[in-house]
Amino acid sequence: MVSFLIRRVVQAILVMLAVAFLSFSMFNYAGDPVNNMVGQEASREDRAELRERLGLNDPFPVQFARFVGNAIQGNFGISYQLQRPVADLIAERMPATLELVLVSAILALSTGIPLGVYCGIARHSWLSRFFLTISLVGVSLPTFVIGIFLIYIFAVTLGVLPSFGRGGVVELGWWKTSFLTADGWRSLIMPAITLSLFQTTLIMRLVRAEMLEVMRTDYIKFARARGLSNRAINFGHALKNTLVPVITIAGLNIGALIAFSIITETVFQWPGMGLLFIQAVSFADVPIMSGYLVLVALVFVTINLIVDLLYYAVDPRLKVDRGTSAGRIA
Amino acid sequence: MAETPMTTGRGWTDSIRRFFDGDIWHSFTRSPVTMVAAGITFLYFFMAAFGPWIAPHNPFDLASITLLDASLPPAWMEYGDPRFWLGTDIQGRDVLSAIIYGSRVSLLIGFASVILSLILGVGLGLISGFVGGAVDAFIMRVAEIQLSFPSILIALLINGVLRGAMDIQDQADLAYTVLILSIGLSNWVQYARTVRGSTMVERNKEYVQAAHVIGIRPILIMWRHILPNVLGPVLVIATIQLALAIIAEATLSFLGVGLPPTEPSLGTLIRVGNDYLFSGEWWITIFPGAALAILVLAVNLLGDWLRDALNPKLR
Repeated sequence: MVSFLIRRVVQAILVMLAVAFLSFSMFNYAGDPVNNMVGQEASREDRAELRERLGLNDPFPVQFARFVGNAIQGNFGISYQLQRPVADLIAERMPATLELVLVSAILALSTGIPLGVYCGIARHSWLSRFFLTISLVGVSLPTFVIGIFLIYIFAVTLGVLPSFGRGGVVELGWWKTSFLTADGWRSLIMPAITLSLFQTTLIMRLVRAEMLEVMRTDYIKFARARGLSNRAINFGHALKNTLVPVITIAGLNIGALIAFSIITETVFQWPGMGLLFIQAVSFADVPIMSGYLVLVALVFVTINLIVDLLYYAVDPRLKVDRGTSAGRIA
Repeated sequence: MAETPMTTGRGWTDSIRRFFDGDIWHSFTRSPVTMVAAGITFLYFFMAAFGPWIAPHNPFDLASITLLDASLPPAWMEYGDPRFWLGTDIQGRDVLSAIIYGSRVSLLIGFASVILSLILGVGLGLISGFVGGAVDAFIMRVAEIQLSFPSILIALLINGVLRGAMDIQDQADLAYTVLILSIGLSNWVQYARTVRGSTMVERNKEYVQAAHVIGIRPILIMWRHILPNVLGPVLVIATIQLALAIIAEATLSFLGVGLPPTEPSLGTLIRVGNDYLFSGEWWITIFPGAALAILVLAVNLLGDWLRDALNPKLR
């Protein structure tokens, strides 16, 4: 257990260092930082002085170490374009993204699991074939196309839902929430559905596959022989045993939701971190880009680590099978 | 002697012929959905290959575009013009022609990036499975790490680093290269893992040991003897990855880090048209969106069918 834990933590740190290195190297390529910070009228001496003060004359490893040191303290510098600390900008935008991701995750789980159970039990009914076909369409439609179609139907044609922004927000300290106003909820509906659709189909297909697998096992046959009701078998015996992989995938997918929120936020002009990032990309605002990437990588690495550890705790068989990390779907 | 694949009886042509033999063709003719999907895919390929000859207009020929034709709705609607079946965009370009040219670009980048990740993935997978040891551990660790991030995020990261490394002018000129590199490099893992697995199985078979014994160089054994025998699943992955690569390209272009509006792919068309959704010109963005969705759905259906047809467990 201890060696497994250490190996996973070391791996997580290596990943973070690799991401930090990539983020750091963007600074060196994307133009001269000094030019990005001072105006046209700055003299040659001022520039040289600033260069020295920023430590840009230091050897590469020293600069990288300083970057990592600052990043650990949450300091990613000052945005070239917005002239404000990156950490503040990200903290400001984070609640919007997290609320969107939370609602999408709940939506995906609460529709994906029942649909998957149904398609697993009533395997050959036309309704489950219908759901499977729909889910293939759901996988094939790119996120932003779904979003645009929804906007066209519900905002442009029917005019029932707002097409952009968060609507009314209430400030709870520094956290701006859209959960407390009707307007906020109305604005949340379309982005949340757009973001969750892909995950819903994924969870549905996974639960279905797991159900099919479990329904074939002996203990289900035995439960049937004991005369248990279908309901008790399906939910008490079968579903319970499919949930370990489902929870794993759902956990890993929180990270995926954060990544895909870049697209959803762009479509709906949702003022979250993803929109901040993509706007930074078009202005080559490297501090924001690198800060966002490091942060998202950190979220991913942390979730992966927790899921791996959970898996290890839940499934005793893994204690025998060393070296391989938790099974995950591609 | 060592140069002939006869020693194993498993050459390239042989395995390709086996791949398309009997069963698979049979299951193809039994599935109407797959045949429709194949038909649609073929239609897109045809459009892509012969775009300039089929398209009713050339959307890039400035001489033939007039602002008088701007923002016309599809032909069947009021004020529609029979010359422009799917309407025109804000600059008077024919939407149908733009879609045909856009599909060409989308498919080109899709194919190129699939080929890049296929070569990279199959190569690394072969080496990983054949050599084993520390090399294998290293490659698989990198693969595992990359797999734990969504590929669109990796593509964005590579895209950001590549674009950061060049100035604005180069960015426009090298947009194709940047896209192909960022999508290709973000999708090699699937191939590598699959090929590694089958390579480790094949490595211990007698024909490989026989090849070792008669003194064939390891690199030739990998290329001539093992590779043809591990390619089956790779073709399935490649089909599914083609759909994913097309989506990835469209997504990056939609986000504004892909192709510029001067060389629009389907994603760029959707991005540009999206601005006019609210002023009522829905056809500028909805038709390219539908074209993209249909293309991806058709390729996905083909991939699904191919996977089922090649998987003996499901028969």
